[in-house]
Amino acid sequence: MSLLTALARALAAETGRAQPIRTVRHVHLSDRPLVFVPLRLAGEACAPLAALVGDDPGNPVMLTVHEPRDRTQRFDFAAALAAVIVSYVDGYTMPEPALGTPYSDAPQLLVPNPQAIGFARLLGRSTRFRRTEGEFAVKESVPLLGRWLSFYSERSESPASALLVSMTAVLADHWATGQSAAEDANLAALLAWIAPAPGMTGAASARAAEDPIRFPPAGPTTDPSFDNEVLRTRVNAIRVAKATGDGEALLRARAATEAALRTQLEPTWELMWLGVDLLRGLSEGAHVADRWKSDRWAFTGHVARLREGGAPQPRRDGAVASAAKLARLERDQQRLDVQRAYDDPLVMAEYRLAGEAFAGAVADAWPDRVDTSGKRAKLRPWIVLETAERVMAAPGATVTCPDRPGQDAEIIDVTVAGRATRVTLQLSGGMGRSLVALPGSVPAVGEELTYTALRDGFEPVPRFPDREQTPWTHGGPPPEYVPAVDGEDAAEDLS
Amino acid sequence: MDSVESRLARVRGRTMPRRYDARTISALTANPGCARRALMDAAGIDKQKLAAHTGYPAPFGQSEFAITRGNAFEAQIKDNGAAQLLTLLREVLALDVTEAHYTDLNEVGGNADNELRHVYTKQRLTAPPGHRGTMFDHPLLRFTVAGRHAYLEPDLIAFQHRGQFHVIEIKSFAIVDGQADPAKVAAAAMQSAVYVLALSDLLGGNGQVHHETILVCPRDFSNEPTAAKIDVRRQLTVIRRQLSRIAHIEQLLDEYPDDLTFDLDPDEHQRPRRPAEELASAIRQVGASYDPQCLSTCELCYLCRDEAQGTTGALGKAVRADLGGIEYTRQALDLARGAVPTADREEAAVMLLQAAQLREQILGETV
Repeated sequence: MSLLTALARALAAETGRAQPIRTVRHVHLSDRPLVFVPLRLAGEACAPLAALVGDDPGNPVMLTVHEPRDRTQRFDFAAALAAVIVSYVDGYTMPEPALGTPYSDAPQLLVPNPQAIGFARLLGRSTRFRRTEGEFAVKESVPLLGRWLSFYSERSESPASALLVSMTAVLADHWATGQSAAEDANLAALLAWIAPAPGMTGAASARAAEDPIRFPPAGPTTDPSFDNEVLRTRVNAIRVAKATGDGEALLRARAATEAALRTQLEPTWELMWLGVDLLRGLSEGAHVADRWKSDRWAFTGHVARLREGGAPQPRRDGAVASAAKLARLERDQQRLDVQRAYDDPLVMAEYRLAGEAFAGAVADAWPDRVDTSGKRAKLRPWIVLETAERVMAAPGATVTCPDRPGQDAEIIDVTVAGRATRVTLQLSGGMGRSLVALPGSVPAVGEELTYTALRDGFEPVPRFPDREQTPWTHGGPPPEYVPAVDGEDAAEDLS
Repeated sequence: MDSVESRLARVRGRTMPRRYDARTISALTANPGCARRALMDAAGIDKQKLAAHTGYPAPFGQSEFAITRGNAFEAQIKDNGAAQLLTLLREVLALDVTEAHYTDLNEVGGNADNELRHVYTKQRLTAPPGHRGTMFDHPLLRFTVAGRHAYLEPDLIAFQHRGQFHVIEIKSFAIVDGQADPAKVAAAAMQSAVYVLALSDLLGGNGQVHHETILVCPRDFSNEPTAAKIDVRRQLTVIRRQLSRIAHIEQLLDEYPDDLTFDLDPDEHQRPRRPAEELASAIRQVGASYDPQCLSTCELCYLCRDEAQGTTGALGKAVRADLGGIEYTRQALDLARGAVPTADREEAAVMLLQAAQLREQILGETV
């Protein structure tokens, strides 16, 4: 939370409409993302019930499990899902990239909410160790699906990654509604504030969207009253038809179950694509492509690992892998914070309010100033920025202007004069090699600029020991991957 | 002078009282400043019915699939004198349980009277070591909330090991690769902590109840149980502190007229006949302290949320704090638009004005 976002929420509550809190989109959006809306059986860790999936808004693939507690049907569902997801992913692995470059694009998955990411993670975990031969054999595509879902859900832990995106999270990151964050977790209610029904305020629209009959929950948990009043009878009808061997009745019962589940999925499917359209309406932030490149690299790496026959992701990360991951996540977060502020004046405004950035006009400039104190003369122009904002940075600190990222500015002096503060800055870099600055490389008098101490500087990647060198203080080297034996396989699938 | 009991009975009206359980107590501790909830829970009111009758049905229910699964798992654990549980305690937790003795405290000789069951529970748990057994199914504990006794019937087993009792909580959410849904684990820890407190009360509070409780859940994607120890010391502190903040019910009752009642005036089919508006105005007499968190813990949340419209708190605690603790969105926006602040709001006003100016500057729209 922040003051600007809180103010936007208050405004939204007053006007009855969501308010923008970003000027650009900070997340990559594919031209044809794959939307995945899963449902699971209540009370079970990961028993899929149904899903709508696909990259064509008008033509989703519907998957249903008629008996969610049946192991075979569960893995049939996984195979059917694999047919959609794995072939979608495969579509991005051609043509091969040149050596030392990533694939030119990567497949992007969109799900309704963070719980759906959790479901994908568990579905990945429950399928990636399955064996494709022997007593409990599954189709070859099932463990492959598991490895892809595991890869995607793991990548989604990084705030900078856009490979697997939760719609509620990304919408709430770009718009402030007149309701609480807890209520924003409901996709229908959140979208109602951003794009209210015709003739209604966002507030009224959101209240209507809380009715689970008209707007079923976006999953993966189903509406309990749907379970108790509809699904239970449908599932019972299937069981009875099976027990009595009535083929006709079984077909009818299955069709009825599928139709009922469809009513719970379709509204969310529509909302997902509405969300996609709204996000497309925002222009992309300048650093989004840079972060997407990291995602493309990760995708390229995973494809290579699969082709090389690498082992599936372990149940839990070893000590070295965990430490490396944590370091990477911290680095990602830091880089993301800086990039978002540089790309978006509304984000930078938060830092200005906090005194970590200041904006103002150039009041004075000494563009050809040369520092001759050292062995060699150096071009070190000075400018004086006059600002009405709080300046927390002290002389000696280095600040950067987002519009001039290649140029450092050292604070020489800060003088408060009445309501204004005059900041003297010494510039270095980005002005050419001679002792005369290239035209335009030193800000001119009157130019409006923002300077901030926030910077995405180079930081060496911390070094970690090899996996085999894990010290005994951290449990020693983790065991090698061993495929599950029959007994374990069976035990896990009883539920 | 009326007794507290008879006044609470009048507040409740002609419906059967609902009992506190560990869930309602831990929910109560989530919002100890809410007089409405404190009074209704003390009177044993069916808040769900109340909410539905006033046109604000509670937004939650439980799927029968989940209930069935939960019951089946609990039954499986307790089957054969909790044989599976015992193996688990030995293997997973390396506890040297030499002798297993399973005591069912569900009823006393066919009698399920609360007081009787509580006394019997106490007798069995305080018997000399050689005679008290190791596992106790459904003990009936008593707990003091807002100066009143509440009976707690945990669907758990208090388990005795080296002279100390461990509270065991059986839940049907899965622990996959040693990890489980943090929200569910947190809720389970809170409930266990309530039981620890109640059990300590019963045993005279001399440290016989261990602060490590045992959570039993299905392992991975199977029906096989697994167990984990949970240290609930932090939860114990939270609950003790929050309970001490809940006003004593006598003092609470003193603030309201003698004839205050949430009676639904049920007909012979238990259908409420009391005019909804009249009931709603009775509810409004008792102040609530709404927080968006209530949406997942309290049956009356939609009613209170409507009442809280226009407050910054309805947008969330963090939003309220960011807006300088100002109570109403209207006031905050006035200050953002340059209204002259009162002395205590000068600092907040400066920040709001600045924020509004930045927003205008960047988006080109007036706030």
